[in-house]
Amino acid sequence: MENFEPTLLGLIVLLPLVGFLINGAVALFTPGNKGVSTWVGPGVVGLAFLIAVVNFIGMFGAELTAPIVRSYWSWMPVGDLQVDAALQLDQLSILMTLIVTGVGFLIHVFSVGYMKGDPGYARYFAFLNLFVFFMLTLVLGANFPVLFVGWEGVGLCSYLLIGFWFRDREKADAGKKAFIVNRIGDFGLLIAMFMIFAHVGTLDFVGVFAAAPETFVYGGAVVTAIALFLFLGAVGKSAQIPLYVWLPDAMAGPTPVSALIHAATMVTAGVYLIARSSVLFALSPTAMMTVAIVGAVTALFAATIGLVQTDIKKVLAYSTVSQLGFMVVGVGVGAYAAGIFHLMTHAFFKALLFMGAGAVIHAMHHAFHETHQDWDAQDMRNMGGLKRFMPKTWIFMWIGTLAIAGVWPLAGFFSKDEIIWMAAAHAQGPFEVVFTLVWVILFIAAMLTAFYMTRLMILTFHGENRSGPGGRHIHEAPAVMWVPLAILAVLSIVGGWINIPRPISATPILGWIPPWHTEWLHYWLAPVTATADNVFRTRVGELLEVGPFGGGEAFWAAVAFMIAMVIIALTTVWLGKQERKPAVETPPYRGFAKVLYDKWYVDEIYDAVIVRPVVNGSRALWRYVDDGIVDRAANGVGSLARGLGWLGSRLQTGNLNVYALAIVAGALLILLTVVGL
Amino acid sequence: MAFLDTIGYASWAVHFILWTPLVGMAVVMFGPAERAKELALGIALLVFAVSVPLWFAFNPADGGFQFTAAVPWITDWGIYYRVGIDGISVLLILLTTLIMPLAILGSFRYIVERERTFYGMMLLLQTGIIGAFVALDLFLFFVFWELMLVPMYFIIGVWGGERRIYAAIKFFLFTAVGSLLMLVAILYLFFKYRMLTGDLSFAYLDLLNVPLTFTEQVWLFSAFALAFVIKVPIFPFHTWLPDAHVEAPTPGSVVLAAVLLKLGSYGFLRFLLPYFPAAATDATIVLVLMVLGLIGITYAAWVAAVQPDAKKLVAYTSVAHMGFVVLGVFALTLQGVQGAIIVMLSHGASTGALFLLLGMLYERRHTRTIADFGGLASVMPVFATIFVFTALASIGLPGTSGFIGEFLTLLGAFQTHPWIALIGATGVIFAAYYMLPMVQRMWYNEVDKPENRNLPDLSRRELTVLVPLVVVMLWMGVYPKPFLERTEQTVVELLEGVERNRAPVRPRLGASPPPPMEVVTVDDRAMPAAVETSNTGDVVAELTEAGREGEARHGD
Amino acid sequence: MLTESLVLSGVLFSIGVAGVMIRRNAIILFMCIELMLNAVNLAFIALAQQIGIEGHVFVFFVMTVAAAEAAVGLAIIISIFRLFETVDIRNFNLLRW
Repeated sequence: MENFEPTLLGLIVLLPLVGFLINGAVALFTPGNKGVSTWVGPGVVGLAFLIAVVNFIGMFGAELTAPIVRSYWSWMPVGDLQVDAALQLDQLSILMTLIVTGVGFLIHVFSVGYMKGDPGYARYFAFLNLFVFFMLTLVLGANFPVLFVGWEGVGLCSYLLIGFWFRDREKADAGKKAFIVNRIGDFGLLIAMFMIFAHVGTLDFVGVFAAAPETFVYGGAVVTAIALFLFLGAVGKSAQIPLYVWLPDAMAGPTPVSALIHAATMVTAGVYLIARSSVLFALSPTAMMTVAIVGAVTALFAATIGLVQTDIKKVLAYSTVSQLGFMVVGVGVGAYAAGIFHLMTHAFFKALLFMGAGAVIHAMHHAFHETHQDWDAQDMRNMGGLKRFMPKTWIFMWIGTLAIAGVWPLAGFFSKDEIIWMAAAHAQGPFEVVFTLVWVILFIAAMLTAFYMTRLMILTFHGENRSGPGGRHIHEAPAVMWVPLAILAVLSIVGGWINIPRPISATPILGWIPPWHTEWLHYWLAPVTATADNVFRTRVGELLEVGPFGGGEAFWAAVAFMIAMVIIALTTVWLGKQERKPAVETPPYRGFAKVLYDKWYVDEIYDAVIVRPVVNGSRALWRYVDDGIVDRAANGVGSLARGLGWLGSRLQTGNLNVYALAIVAGALLILLTVVGL
Repeated sequence: MAFLDTIGYASWAVHFILWTPLVGMAVVMFGPAERAKELALGIALLVFAVSVPLWFAFNPADGGFQFTAAVPWITDWGIYYRVGIDGISVLLILLTTLIMPLAILGSFRYIVERERTFYGMMLLLQTGIIGAFVALDLFLFFVFWELMLVPMYFIIGVWGGERRIYAAIKFFLFTAVGSLLMLVAILYLFFKYRMLTGDLSFAYLDLLNVPLTFTEQVWLFSAFALAFVIKVPIFPFHTWLPDAHVEAPTPGSVVLAAVLLKLGSYGFLRFLLPYFPAAATDATIVLVLMVLGLIGITYAAWVAAVQPDAKKLVAYTSVAHMGFVVLGVFALTLQGVQGAIIVMLSHGASTGALFLLLGMLYERRHTRTIADFGGLASVMPVFATIFVFTALASIGLPGTSGFIGEFLTLLGAFQTHPWIALIGATGVIFAAYYMLPMVQRMWYNEVDKPENRNLPDLSRRELTVLVPLVVVMLWMGVYPKPFLERTEQTVVELLEGVERNRAPVRPRLGASPPPPMEVVTVDDRAMPAAVETSNTGDVVAELTEAGREGEARHGD
Repeated sequence: MLTESLVLSGVLFSIGVAGVMIRRNAIILFMCIELMLNAVNLAFIALAQQIGIEGHVFVFFVMTVAAAEAAVGLAIIISIFRLFETVDIRNFNLLRW
């Protein structure tokens, strides 16, 4: 093993912060100055990416077995609690850093074009840089509190960016909702930290994960509680049932924000957290099962909603929730590398899809602006036939669609099928039935994915144009926007090749890709997940080679591929033949489609069951308890004293004779007590 | 530090910081009326400048009192002018000296009537507050404790809003009621000490070692605690606070929230824990206090969320924040107590800043109703930035001081009372629930009221007021170590003392009460040898014996 | 002799007390107060024979105070009379609750 020294590790995190400060200063004091932001905004992220690449290359040769921790200052030293402001470089964190800075850089560049005309240009880049800073803190932090700084920090940036156009009440509301729902998850993470500290006595990753297997009883209540509280944090951040509701609303933000925060990076933090704490999860089969179930149900549930949405971003949003469900299943069944793998490929193709959608919305918006149509620029019913006007975007988005649908040899095929397969391969031990069920659910969800993504493409790019007079003004996006798309399209194709499962690479046709990529990511992440894998192997057993209904990994992958192709083909034919009209002329959905379109009424149920009772309860507490009881009691004591005083004052009759009588009586009383005793 | 030694800083600093505001009060009251505010600001700044070296001169390794001095005052009753600073008070003193000039500078445009009296009252208030923090003689402490009430009463009652008289009287009565029982308890300690030793003393360290039975501890604890929980304030003694805040002028609110409330929690640490360790560690008492703190955290957050008046909303959030302090203190763990001190400081900075900001808004719009605003972020971007930052610091965003405090208090509380900390942590959610809607309704959305369209952004003076607080919030959030290490040793020794004299372990609520005359062992530092008995009968005999002696001497 | 003097003093004092309690005319009330003072004076003098000179001294004090009181009191009553044109104390209850 060679010696490896991280290069400028702190600078990776620091650069975006500097960018934030510069852009923030520009936004506050010279808001018109766009030149600075154009260069500084993407520049700092690009530089951070380069430093990350240098470190990655260094680590590539070094084969680290233990994480490198760099402590910068002592942050919260209180007795036996010693928390340092420290960063940790290991295989997992460098991978996340590469994704965050790499995809982040492309999205920053895209934003230069997308946000060109916006008055809040500098403010936008300030927030975006700040987000990258916090996201890097999250993935590079060497202990739970530092991770938590990033965790809440990205939530803050998400809040600021969703409500970026804060003059619009709906958008500001969406930001607020995201923050509050996320805080429910943060609560879980906080409690998990307290429990970890109470039982392990440290919050450093290295210390906690090293001590965990000895400290905790396998399957014990404590470690289960810790894992479940951690998972609550992940549920909030990664938009899983029941806390997913903020993510679709988060589409109110600018589209590149949706691409960066709500698809590629921030929402995957929950998956990262579980992968990072894999040891704790591996020690609790109950928690693992819960994670897997929640992930699978979310994957299916969100996919059903995605089937009928008409807003292009909403489709992608629910698709994101669904794909996050896949990742959560991945880390939930114990296939941490598979989860992270899907996280990475998803970052590529979902960022691609979002930015492609952004290019479309951008074009539609300008077109409608030209013709003064007040049509919805995000409604796919107002689009159609865009491939003639935006051929590049059309091609890139098809690549993204095929990738997410799991078509060989694109990235999604390998990552998604690995997760599905891993659910099957882990179908043993006490929860065998559950994992089998999870596997089936994921299969269905994957089919739905192929459908709704094809539908999105057909509605947007194929058929006749339905944009009315605005149709003549639709143009292809400028180079600054389509070049990042092109890069992501390439990554969406080749991104999956780094981790081809061994059975597939051994298959005649599917295994066509060069063999040195075989399961590379598994080997790369092995040092991080080794402890967790060990726990699983010793407690449950080796992974299965054959699925619950027979057939190995390659077989089921081929089946999934074939089904996806069939669905895409059928959908194309079926939807291609339908007559369609612009949104204003389309009748609303009826029946079950309406239930799906209205998102199973979950928002309404939450509103009725949680939000309203809380608000009304608060009002009641204020009116009836605080003012009515507590304050009235306090004032009542005052009134009581006043009343007693009033009674006493009645003695003051103003009649001199009575006073004299009182004096005499008093004198006699004293006399009696003195003499009489 | 050599420089500080040459000028003998340690010998005069405390007295200077304590008395200069009082002298300044005279200067301001009898000085030229048109220069009153500049004079007051100058004095407050001078005090701040002199207090800053405390940060460096204070020795963190020493957990006891530093910068001590004792001058006889009313010797017939053993009353001394005793002052000193330890790790618990040093940061609070610095907070006070920092907040004061900012509050004064922040009121330049708010206060237009009777300026001389107003600034005189502010300076008097400062002496009162600092006096309570440095006093090491219980009589002196009580004098300063009551002294604070007077200027605050006038500040609310003269320069306040519409219902100022109601609020001022409410404030005064609440606090006075609490402190009277405290006075009784102080006198009890005094006489008990006289009975035991024949000496007259109100000295903090003397009375610290008066041996008390468990029952006595509970009663005295309750008397002291009442004074402090009202000041903190803890549910259900909090209702004076929203009224006082709503009616008080900006600087009054700032000082009230930033510093005055801290006197209550300071009292917990200074008196309740070291004086009555057995009562303060009794499972039932701790549980009651923690539950009340918990109610403060959750209940006040809910009530805050629906307030139409921004100032009242912030006032209720104070109750919620101070709930964290209670959790931290009575967790009786190092993290909890340290966290409580950080929450106190952090709350001082963030809530002080929020009140200043709301005051600045009031100067522009002459309203505090949230619904009267809307969309201000597009009118006043700098103002909005600082406001949103402060609001986020207040709800404990990591990287700001609020997070450190809440994290440590909850972590500390979790070690001893996991369920309470679990519920307390929901405060994190509710904090977002009360703060974000207010931020949105005031700063986001469309500018829908024409009178909000042309408001001027922060002036240079206002920025000068706010920036130091923003810096403090960030500093404490990013690098709290200097704050933590200054308090650590004192807190460690405090907790050790409590641990030595803690309540005998007994089951929680519902268990049979301890024997009534149980004597708690005393540590052997300062008590005369004669009292060092552990036998009940002996002590009683000793008490009566000493009492007679004392009476006899007093009789002639 | 002493007993008789003290009894007389007691009787006089009681008459004074009863007067203050019953009568409504401010002048009469005033006179009753004087009567009480003088009753006390009588007791002082009677007891001075046995106890010493202090009794006499006190009598002089009381007389001085009574004189001052008479001056001030009568002045007040006169000014009240000028204002209300009556000295019936039932009319004077401004300080009532």
